[in-house]
Amino acid sequence: MTAPLTAQFTRGLSAPICLTWELTYACNLSCVHCLSSSGRRDPRELSTAECQAVIEELERMQVFYVNIGGGEPTVRPDFWDLVDYAVGHRVGVKFSTNGVKITPSIARRLAGSDYVDVQISLDGATEEVNDAVRGTGSYLTATRAMSNLAEAGFAGFKLSVVVTRQNAGQLDEFAALAARYGAQLRLTRLRPAGRGASVWHELRPTAGQQRMLYDWLTEHGENVLTGDSFFHLSGYGDGALPGLNLCGAGRVVCLIDPVGDVYACPFAIHENFLAGNVRAEGGFARVWRESELFASLRQPQSSGTCTSCSAFDACQGGCMAAKFFTGLPLDGPDPECVRGQGEKALAQANASPPRPSPDHSHRLVPVTIGRRPDRPCDQSPL
Amino acid sequence: MSTKSEFDLDRPWRLDDRVAVRPEPFGALLYHFGTRRLSFLKDPLLLAVVQGLADHQTARAACESAGVKARALPAYQRALATLAGSAMIRARQ
Repeated sequence: MTAPLTAQFTRGLSAPICLTWELTYACNLSCVHCLSSSGRRDPRELSTAECQAVIEELERMQVFYVNIGGGEPTVRPDFWDLVDYAVGHRVGVKFSTNGVKITPSIARRLAGSDYVDVQISLDGATEEVNDAVRGTGSYLTATRAMSNLAEAGFAGFKLSVVVTRQNAGQLDEFAALAARYGAQLRLTRLRPAGRGASVWHELRPTAGQQRMLYDWLTEHGENVLTGDSFFHLSGYGDGALPGLNLCGAGRVVCLIDPVGDVYACPFAIHENFLAGNVRAEGGFARVWRESELFASLRQPQSSGTCTSCSAFDACQGGCMAAKFFTGLPLDGPDPECVRGQGEKALAQANASPPRPSPDHSHRLVPVTIGRRPDRPCDQSPL
Repeated sequence: MSTKSEFDLDRPWRLDDRVAVRPEPFGALLYHFGTRRLSFLKDPLLLAVVQGLADHQTARAACESAGVKARALPAYQRALATLAGSAMIRARQ
């Protein structure tokens, strides 16, 4: 059952395996690395009825579950009703939250369902490290939510961490924190997407940290989830990481954004990767099956300058979005190539890489909790 | 993934109630809502076996009915053992 099926997956599937659906661009936080540049709600966001229609379509396509995110999805007034609606249509829900709405009573409600899973986002094992990127008070919010889930008997919810230079030394502490709340640790890659593009050079792990992370992940095996996000590290070649280890953009994954736009992946919110909109004739299914962009992504991709590299079979050239937003050619090495080719490519890269779009960042003082971000990337450039 | 070496072909089996099956050109995807694990059936014949389990008194009968040849049976027994090990299929009373 575990042999690679990559040849099948690269040609695409009848429906995505892993569909991310961002329900709103509204968020109570202003994380410096937000991959969707969230903050303010977009007035064109899908209505409750439109969301229900998408859920019905996902049921027909036999999409097993959706990864709901945002923005902060739980700030949508209809969020819990949409969760119930999805579960009622046998579409499982995993949602990512900063924990702001996970009260004891909500936690009890969530603990009762096999079809709902929760990911609490935390980017530091200590308040100091976390709050520096996610905002003042966000550590307390997340740990209070985890405490509520644990007390409600919700076993195995996820503690989801974006690995950065600042927290890469805290992996054991994250594992201990997850264990304390009966949660499972999930580590994901920092992408230069959204506001993350502006802070990527400061936040991305060093080459030494990448190697340490790879060793830590291979040591912990399937006990630590990664959402397949570190497949570029497979180039180290000392044992594959669990997962498919390929870029699934448009093949096995895609993103529906709050206004119904369908992108090839959650880290590629840019018009170049826009495949269509669920509001158009034929809905999401037609976009998935007939979009020209997705058809082209399902064709064999050129490996360009990586062709002669012995690690190419393992890493497949890495992450498309990471290359795009750092100004690298899509058929070249990943900017964090473990063979060091990314550093060379970055030195020669386009000095003004494509800008992530659109931007829903808070314009002014954004949140009730949290300081005003002093980084220019947290304000609209308009 | 843990694999039980012994899988009793002569017992009745069924898919777990919390498993959803999605046919694909290569076989099928299975998703277990309880364990939240995904499995791949790389072979349409194995999909037919799995879907027929509940309609037969033994797994062996389900294999025969799906058209599994005798010499291929050990491979299907191993595949079913893997599915049982990950709780995708369960023994029936």
